Amino acid sequence: MLLLVEQLLNGLQYGAMLFMLASGLTLIFGIMGVINLTHGAFYMIGAYSAAFAVLGTGSFLVGALSALVGAGLYAVLVELAVIQWLYRRDHLYQVLATLGLILFTNEAVSILFGRKPPLMDIPPFLRGSVGLLPGLDYPVIRLAFIAIGALVAIGLWGLVNHTRLGMLIRAGADDREMVDALGVDIRRLYTLVFGLGGVLCGLAGVMAAPLLAIEIGMGERVLITTFVVIVIGGVGSIRGALVGALLVGMVDSLGRAYLPQALQLLLPASVADTLGAGLVSASIYVLMALVLLVRPLGLLPARA
Amino acid sequence: MTRTRTRTVRLTAALVGLVVFSAIPFIAAAAGYATVVDVATRILIYAIAAVSLDLIIGYGAMVSFGHAMFFSLGGYTVAIIAHHTFGGGPMWGWSGTNAALVVWPLALLACALLAVVVGALALRTRGVQFIMITLAFAQMIFFVLVSLQAYGGDDGLLIDRRNELPLIDLGQPRTFYFLCFGLLVLWTLVCTSVVNSRFGLVLQALRQSERRTINLGIRPLPFRLMAFVVSAVGTGLAGVLWANYARFVSPDMAAWTKSGEFMAIVILGGLGTLLGPIVGTAVYLALEQVLTSWTEHWMIVMGPILTMIALFGRKGMTGRLFGQNNND
Repeated sequence: MLLLVEQLLNGLQYGAMLFMLASGLTLIFGIMGVINLTHGAFYMIGAYSAAFAVLGTGSFLVGALSALVGAGLYAVLVELAVIQWLYRRDHLYQVLATLGLILFTNEAVSILFGRKPPLMDIPPFLRGSVGLLPGLDYPVIRLAFIAIGALVAIGLWGLVNHTRLGMLIRAGADDREMVDALGVDIRRLYTLVFGLGGVLCGLAGVMAAPLLAIEIGMGERVLITTFVVIVIGGVGSIRGALVGALLVGMVDSLGRAYLPQALQLLLPASVADTLGAGLVSASIYVLMALVLLVRPLGLLPARA
Repeated sequence: MTRTRTRTVRLTAALVGLVVFSAIPFIAAAAGYATVVDVATRILIYAIAAVSLDLIIGYGAMVSFGHAMFFSLGGYTVAIIAHHTFGGGPMWGWSGTNAALVVWPLALLACALLAVVVGALALRTRGVQFIMITLAFAQMIFFVLVSLQAYGGDDGLLIDRRNELPLIDLGQPRTFYFLCFGLLVLWTLVCTSVVNSRFGLVLQALRQSERRTINLGIRPLPFRLMAFVVSAVGTGLAGVLWANYARFVSPDMAAWTKSGEFMAIVILGGLGTLLGPIVGTAVYLALEQVLTSWTEHWMIVMGPILTMIALFGRKGMTGRLFGQNNND
């Protein structure tokens, strides 16, 4: 029972991180129609900026800020240099162009920062754990990240539904020509949304830095998971991204905890052990395939 | 460019290609560059996969981002049978064989079966969802391969020796080269006749206007699925040859970057031309060879090159030359 609660919280925390990445990616896709594989690279840049800023200054706050600024700036740069030429092109070319950008970014980061993965300590005010239930101590840092995830979700909901910018974003997703014709500078709106997506990636990077390994290639691993999230949720919809992120987070964390045991009931131990690890990693892809078979457009598509 | 002129250009290019690839081993031997045959063999193998992928992307508008799964399945079938044949013990009571005429058809059959399943499910979607669901299936295969501890898991599996064909010795680099060459030529001819058949015309009609084609009384799924399977079998053949060439397989063969690489090669060469992707493969692998010998950070050059291809190369290197007039 305690294990279940702990795994649910872990799933929530992982889901919160995935949501940061997925909301930006789904906005970019929904509004601009661009498949942006570079999204994972923004996240990596966030994590690296945070780690090296903390190493240099010793302040977690400075680290977090530089992650947001670094990832956001790089996103704007990428949009201006490459993405803006790809808006009306076939997805095939977007995939190829952004794949090239990933290779470039990974190599550039490894030249600039070296191949040795940096370490980032958990800041003092987030160390330790709190007793949630008798017998269940949960790390403060993970709770904090769940809270930040919830805040971002509320913030984005407010931004999209109750501000002028959000109105333009929704309008742009519906009919970009019309928004353009109404005198809105759609080019600037696009750059802005791209930058916003980058900042959210930076935030996810800060959240990942003390918990996961910071290394070249961390972006791609999470990128593919993020794609699974937005395809499950329905491409282009922020609500879908939230639902997808939580689902994937839960399936991953519960699968890790229970799937190997469940397999042992059905299969001989040696077979179950070898299959278990693979099946846990593959479980979210199975989930995605199942969802797409029932609802080819995802659970909560942006446009019905 | 008129149709007949395109035909002439394609025929000329094919002839030039035949002459060049036939001459490479002899020129390399005369000049003392034995490694050139190595690189050229890799080009031939990858070209088979590229031609296969072009069949569905270029003619069927099915952008598969998961073709590495068939490449790896072809390779792993060869490696797993070899593993059981040479000391791994029998597999379900079968002690294995090293005869290519048994192993290779089995590998291709496995790829066809996987393609039927994946295709039937994935073709329910289109656009981004199709790209992503093919990617998802490839990732599943990748993680299954990683978790196969009995077959090396993460580290991959070494293959004791190449499969055997009657009369010829595949252990000879030059013989193996010409086998790959022959298979590439054969496969390109097969794909060309598929494209020019009624089946191929339906496939292209579906790409241009699905609704109109349906109104002509054609059900899209069987055509698309068939093309997907043919393409998967070709990619599986490339995997079979790769396993024999490298005498090593690893989950990297199923990595998503491999699928991306295939896609890049096809676009580089020219979508929907079949011959273009062969040129694309040669250029891509030669470039990789040159860059890796030049700097260990070769990706920092290769990445922007891929981006440039996507930004500026609407028809690839050869699209203008080989492409037929289909106004897109």
